[in-house]
Amino acid sequence: MKEKEWNDKRYKIANREAWIGVGLVIFNFIWWFGFAYGLGSKSPESYHYIFGFPAWFFFSCILGFIVMMALTVFVVKFFFKDVSLEAEEEE
Amino acid sequence: MNLEAVLPLFIFIAIVFLIGIWAGKFVSRSDSFLQEYFLGGRSLGGFILAMTLVTTYGSASSFLSGPGTAYNEGLGWVLLSMTQLATGYFVLMVLGKRFAIVTRKYKTVTIVDFLKERYQSKWVVILSAASILIFLFSAMSAQWIGGARLIQSLTGISYFTSLCIFSLAVLVYVVVGGFRAVAITDGIQGIIMFLGTLILLIAVVIAGGGVSQIMSDLAAENPNLITPFGADGSLTPAYVSSFWVLVGVGVVALPQIAVRAMSYKNAKALHRGIIISTFVVGFIMLNMHLIGVFGRTVLPGIEIGDTVMPELAQAVLPGWAAGIVLAAPMAAIMTTVNSLLLMVSSTIVKDVYLNYVRPDAGDTTIRRWSMGATALIGIIVILMSLQPPDLIIWLNLFSMGGLEAAFIWPIILGLYWRRGTKHGAIASMLTGVISYIIFESFYPQPFGMHSVVTSMMLAFVAYVSGSLLYKKESLPCEIV
Repeated sequence: MKEKEWNDKRYKIANREAWIGVGLVIFNFIWWFGFAYGLGSKSPESYHYIFGFPAWFFFSCILGFIVMMALTVFVVKFFFKDVSLEAEEEE
Repeated sequence: MNLEAVLPLFIFIAIVFLIGIWAGKFVSRSDSFLQEYFLGGRSLGGFILAMTLVTTYGSASSFLSGPGTAYNEGLGWVLLSMTQLATGYFVLMVLGKRFAIVTRKYKTVTIVDFLKERYQSKWVVILSAASILIFLFSAMSAQWIGGARLIQSLTGISYFTSLCIFSLAVLVYVVVGGFRAVAITDGIQGIIMFLGTLILLIAVVIAGGGVSQIMSDLAAENPNLITPFGADGSLTPAYVSSFWVLVGVGVVALPQIAVRAMSYKNAKALHRGIIISTFVVGFIMLNMHLIGVFGRTVLPGIEIGDTVMPELAQAVLPGWAAGIVLAAPMAAIMTTVNSLLLMVSSTIVKDVYLNYVRPDAGDTTIRRWSMGATALIGIIVILMSLQPPDLIIWLNLFSMGGLEAAFIWPIILGLYWRRGTKHGAIASMLTGVISYIIFESFYPQPFGMHSVVTSMMLAFVAYVSGSLLYKKESLPCEIV
């Protein structure tokens, strides 16, 4: 890779957006893991139910999906920048 | 099976075929054949980008074996399948704009192309092309066989005829239309997969007497079915969590997925693509696997996992609706196969033939070679599908984890870490693939996790140490 290819102002934006992706996946994992094993580890007789689903499943998988969806829309709308991707406009 | 259900299936295959052929006209118009044929001229909009990403990833396992396993394991398997939600946003965010910008600067068309420009090394090209050819070819063969078997089981016609129908439907439009034909038909088939999931979910919930009823039926049969731990309690948190690597973040390194992250038109298309693909992948994975679990109370006693979804569709839906729903797994297989076919052919033509055999080839030669290679690979796969060799079946078991272990660090660190070198990349690819095959064969689940996790860690160490040990050589000296 040539020297000048590492210097591009747009990389600052791109790097930040990549870190947002990493942050989202870590949050997603914690949410998923916390509810699934936090609520799901007790015995099935003592489960609570929400809309018919065991609470652990509802929070971890169904609400987790909705929350991740909302978060994704939020970060894309407010944090992602509309930059040109074309090679000519680099300098 | 009745004609009422077979008819929508064949109409669907015919429509996909015609649209694929129609998309082929772009290829003859384009001024850069390679960019157009293997990358659709970098012109995908957000919707098509999202659909081609999700459908390429979603394969027979999402619609047949996945729901089949969920049928046997219960909600624990749905929990595991939800690790795939991450693929929807993670791939496009992490490769993201930087990958799009860099690959435009390099004018790369394939992943191997990108690695070649980044590392300037013949060995990186050879190793990466070899892993793509070996692993993706076997993955494609396995899916191809799955497609033919699905037609066979749904219609009752012979395996050979089914194979011919399936092959004709896929092969012709991929050969003629290239990436754009693949992406556009993926868009249509993605809609079918989405609708099929929705229709079947509603029908199964109604047939089971509502969610509460289904859950209490499951708990009465075996309480473990509604816990996160699987039917016999063997799904440990560590094991299930390790699927975040295999089918979640690791997917970023699959070449057929990563190549899509350089195919979109502009930043707006990327933004839309992220949102749509997160929604579609989450919806399909959550509901398809839930359908498998619900199906257990509706239609107990199914022994072969792969038949759970087709049998459910035919049991709970009227014939014509079952036909539409059954087009969904068909679509899932076709959309995976068409991308793999093009990926293998681009590796042969662009990465091997144009790099080393005929670097000076003219446009007509490239055109003839690209279409010829795509057709030839297709024909080889068909011949192999008649009597699949054991080697192919064996290799397919390693294909997903093997590719991820090989490519994740050369792609990600090559993109973001300036000090990564060809020595690091070569060491990382070798370590990743070899350790993965050894773990899978002799010591599955080290530390209670899927072996891809350990292999990726070893590959990471290999990349970093390989790069730093040969630091001096890597400093770029040429100034343009």
